[in-house]
Amino acid sequence: MAQKTIAGQSIEVNDEGYLVNASEWSREIATEMAKEEGIELTEKHFEVLEFLRKASENGETLTIRKVGKSGITDIKGLYQLFPGGPLKLSSKFAGIPKPASCV
Amino acid sequence: MAAKEENPLKKVCIICAKGTIEDVYATLVMANGAVMEGIEAKVFFTFFGLDAITRKQMNRIKTATVGNPAMRAPGGLPFPTVLGLIPGVEAGVSAMMKSQMEKLDIPPVDEFLEMITAGGGEIYACKLAMDMFKLEKEDLWDEVKDVLTVGDFYAMCGGENTQIIFT
Repeated sequence: MAQKTIAGQSIEVNDEGYLVNASEWSREIATEMAKEEGIELTEKHFEVLEFLRKASENGETLTIRKVGKSGITDIKGLYQLFPGGPLKLSSKFAGIPKPASCV
Repeated sequence: MAAKEENPLKKVCIICAKGTIEDVYATLVMANGAVMEGIEAKVFFTFFGLDAITRKQMNRIKTATVGNPAMRAPGGLPFPTVLGLIPGVEAGVSAMMKSQMEKLDIPPVDEFLEMITAGGGEIYACKLAMDMFKLEKEDLWDEVKDVLTVGDFYAMCGGENTQIIFT
């Protein structure tokens, strides 16, 4: 665990850079984290992030299949939004724990 | 928890030669898992594994109820092989496995393959096995990228940090 300053705020993150407390999340933090990975967040990205945050709050196990069926974007679109990590990166930017699912 | 690997895997070439639920899904889960991690994936289906990419068969694959000592009835009760011989048992057991997987959000074969190709994974069929089973390209799932010889496939498996996996 470490403290990291993101968007001018001191946030607690784990070894892999995931937020420890989902409640500390803000849009600014997401934008900053995405920038670090070379991704510019758009409204579409935020729709996915909100969906993930809500699902995570409800204790659901997240899969790309679920996001693909959310109506926000399909799986192909998800890969385009978050290249190289459709679920991993999106979860990171959404401030929720790293997904513990294999699909 | 995975620590940052200094020399990460870049590409996996997966070969699936068997057509049971467990063999095909092992292949699909590994291929999908790779593309989700940003790892390039190329999957080569051969012999009975071709069922997984043959339109007529892809959503009808089954698990063997005969000669499978690890298979037990729900609750861990023994499942004598002789029961597996009864007509309908294999279909019933396979349907049960599929419903358990669906609960974990593991999709049917065609949808799973779509998820892999959506992420840039590539699906190939083995020419020799196609000839053997008298299959034509039209019999295969639409998104099968090509029918290859083993030499063609190996030619794609070069490069640093590439692994060939035989499921």
